[in-house]
Amino acid sequence: MDLAAIVKALNLKVRCGEKALNREVKGGYVGDLLSDVIANSQEGHVWITRQVHQNVVAVASLKDLAAVILVQGTEPAPEALEKAAREGIPILVAAEPGFEVAGKIYRLIAP
Amino acid sequence: MRCEKSFSVEGGNFAAAGNVSSAIKGILKEIGLPKDTVRRAAIVCYESEINIVSYAKKGQIVLQADNRSVQIEAMDEGSGIADIEQAMKEGYSTASAQVREMGFGAGMGLSNMKRYSDDFFISSEVGVGTYVKMVVVNLDLKLNPDHPQWVETYT
Repeated sequence: MDLAAIVKALNLKVRCGEKALNREVKGGYVGDLLSDVIANSQEGHVWITRQVHQNVVAVASLKDLAAVILVQGTEPAPEALEKAAREGIPILVAAEPGFEVAGKIYRLIAP
Repeated sequence: MRCEKSFSVEGGNFAAAGNVSSAIKGILKEIGLPKDTVRRAAIVCYESEINIVSYAKKGQIVLQADNRSVQIEAMDEGSGIADIEQAMKEGYSTASAQVREMGFGAGMGLSNMKRYSDDFFISSEVGVGTYVKMVVVNLDLKLNPDHPQWVETYT
């Protein structure tokens, strides 16, 4: 399933990275600890988090993640948004909490 | 293609944290190293960069890379590590509240550096600083007896 379909299904707000919405989503990872995400997320995953600062973008870029999904309507920090836009990494904002977001995405893409 | 480059890292500057890793990732891609090698090198570089920013006044990251392997050395003038064995344990951290709030200080930095590199060396002195050397090998290498350097890469 591509990112655009997930955006539509969960009614996510696209804050940047529109050009990468055709990317295939292979799974997801939930976490606010950056090193945990570095260790355990995989290429093509969406990363569901509450962290909004620009180091989130660095981690997403290093791990070639498909997108960062911020939960509870949390907006990215301006520097994070700028950096993500520059690197073409989608930042998506979900109104719902992480549990709901992860559950819905899992239902959509689980094999 | 061979590349040697040195980058300075400013302690405490979280806004710039990750810039060196991004730059190094770009260089390694340009060298033509496979995706997995580039990603592993970028990860170990990022973790060492975060450690310098979190625990040191200043530091330096030195990259040496060619199509066979990537070597990253990270050295800093900082607090140093009292017990390396303990620090290597996943989950152990001495990070400040501010650092933890940003999602760092999970106690996984050093273990990630070891996990993603093929060779890992660390030395540290309390109150002086820390030196880490990591090597990430291009796993797509194959031996070639006709080649003077014995190796070539699958393309």
